[in-house]
Amino acid sequence: MSVEIKNLSHTYSEGSPFEFRALKDISITIENGSFIGIIGHTGSGKSTLIQHLNGLLTPTSGTVLVDGKDIFETKKSELIQLRHHVGLVFQYPEHQLFEETVQKDVGFGPKNQGLSEDEIDQRVRQSIKMVGLDFDAIKDKSPFELSGGQMRRVAIAGVLAMEPSVLILDEPTAGLDPRGREEILAQIKSLHTQKQITVVLVSHSMEDIGKMVDKILVINEGEVVFFDTPNRVFTEISTLESIGLAVPQVTYLMRRLKEKYPEIREDIFTVEAAKKEILKVIRG
Amino acid sequence: MLKDVTIGQYYPTGSVIHKLDPRTKILFTTAFVVMLFFLNNLWGYLATFLILATITLLSKIPVGYIIRGIKGLVLIIMLTVVLNLFMTPGTTIATLGPLSVTLEGLKVATYMALRLIFLVVGTSIMTLTTSPIDLTDGMEWCMRFIPFVRRYAHELAMMMSIALRFIPTLMEETERIMKAQKARGANFETGSIISRAKNLIPILIPLFISAFRRADELATAMEARCYRGGENRTRMKQLAFEFRDHASLVLMVMMIVGLYLTTMINIPLGFPI
Ligand SMILES: Nc1ncnc2c1ncn2[C@@H]1O[C@H](COP(=O)(O)OP(=O)(O)OP(=O)(O)O)[C@@H](O)[C@H]1O
Ligand SMILES: [Mg+2]
Repeated sequence: MSVEIKNLSHTYSEGSPFEFRALKDISITIENGSFIGIIGHTGSGKSTLIQHLNGLLTPTSGTVLVDGKDIFETKKSELIQLRHHVGLVFQYPEHQLFEETVQKDVGFGPKNQGLSEDEIDQRVRQSIKMVGLDFDAIKDKSPFELSGGQMRRVAIAGVLAMEPSVLILDEPTAGLDPRGREEILAQIKSLHTQKQITVVLVSHSMEDIGKMVDKILVINEGEVVFFDTPNRVFTEISTLESIGLAVPQVTYLMRRLKEKYPEIREDIFTVEAAKKEILKVIRG
Repeated sequence: MLKDVTIGQYYPTGSVIHKLDPRTKILFTTAFVVMLFFLNNLWGYLATFLILATITLLSKIPVGYIIRGIKGLVLIIMLTVVLNLFMTPGTTIATLGPLSVTLEGLKVATYMALRLIFLVVGTSIMTLTTSPIDLTDGMEWCMRFIPFVRRYAHELAMMMSIALRFIPTLMEETERIMKAQKARGANFETGSIISRAKNLIPILIPLFISAFRRADELATAMEARCYRGGENRTRMKQLAFEFRDHASLVLMVMMIVGLYLTTMINIPLGFPI
């Protein structure tokens, strides 16, 4: 599914003294099957933006087209249908768990989709495995007796179980241990390549973003600063730094190395690529 | 959505009413509410309206914003009006099937509606112009004059300010959880009453859990900072009456006397009520 955001603006508490313009005239197109990263300083409007993509927030002006169809022009029931296809994992999704058992909780989404018991069971098993948990060991536990990281994984599984064709994740790895981050990100990446789903990932980690995405959306104070490939975005170091962001650590390293080896490339933002480039230059 | 509830919300404009000592505003509002129940003719209501209008203008709060607060009470006001119209015995002036409207009913209904509206507007001006923290500080001081309650004044005020502090947080949380469940396909908008009630479970459980967690964390945090109740506790911000407060209290006495005098006026306004 492709998602087109057209002149979208959002103002919170319009008309009250607490009025706040969180998004200002945003227009971007997310192509079918692409992997988009969103970065921006705290409070720049990332979470606000992604909640428009499945109609949870209604824009103050502008609109969103999913597969060419205006989602704010449709009936309520169609909007609910849309949410089956555009899956959104909230920031700190562990706060949404409520069922008695993990199995039931993960099955909440598929159940709302009206699937059969067998199908639900199948989906729940699959998605729990996908987030790196042991289905048989965890299925009958209460979600509230799990550790924070496990709760996070269960919550992500709850959205994956709906098998959305557009998957949006709001900082899914914030507060997880390094191994957990790697695992979850690897799963998302493989979902993207295997099933060709469209993925939108909000993250504060330039490393993760640089490693995974096709295109980066940089927003600052509710406005689009860049919407381009990591290659191009990460060369704008001074602009990124001026809005409170940075480029991946290795990019800084490559810049320093360039002072000594002028022939080295500096448009590099993954450790693997850096390794290759350094070896190439050193070995001549 | 939930945020549109204006009753009990603080609306900062920095006006002179905002700057008054919370105790002044509490006393003034109490006197105002008590006087409302003495009013017995239209002159009194007219005077009250003028007092409210003056205060509203001074507070610089948009009139529309205050009126929005009454909207939530339209149902209660309508109910009072309808009941009083038909249920008061007296001279019939119109009939509607088995029901009849009486002149006395019309009078009582009008007074009741005005009284309710003035009551709500008057008290909302107090909460709109006073931050919750100031309000509870003021309440704590006022409670010291009530026997039996005085011993727990600080604790009650503390509970009240914590409760007030958490209302917006809980509303925000409700909205967030609701959105998260909607994203998982939950449907709160259509369906039968029973299925909608059932749909509340995915909201209420996470909400309760987070409320308990917050309460627990807050208690721990207070304990970690050695909070131990009211005894010997000093304040960073001392309440102090200023010239404007003394002036307001004089105006308050004038209001009480003035409104009381209106109850003795016997000049008819030109129509029977
Ligand atoms: N419900 C709300 N009411 C009023 N203002 C809000 C609301 N939600 C967010 N805001 C404001 O909108 C701005 C953007 O918030 P948003 O949550 O989209 O930021 P973000 O980019 O996701 O930040 P973070 O990286 O901290 O998650 C913030 O300044 C925030 O204070
Ligand atoms: Mg956010």
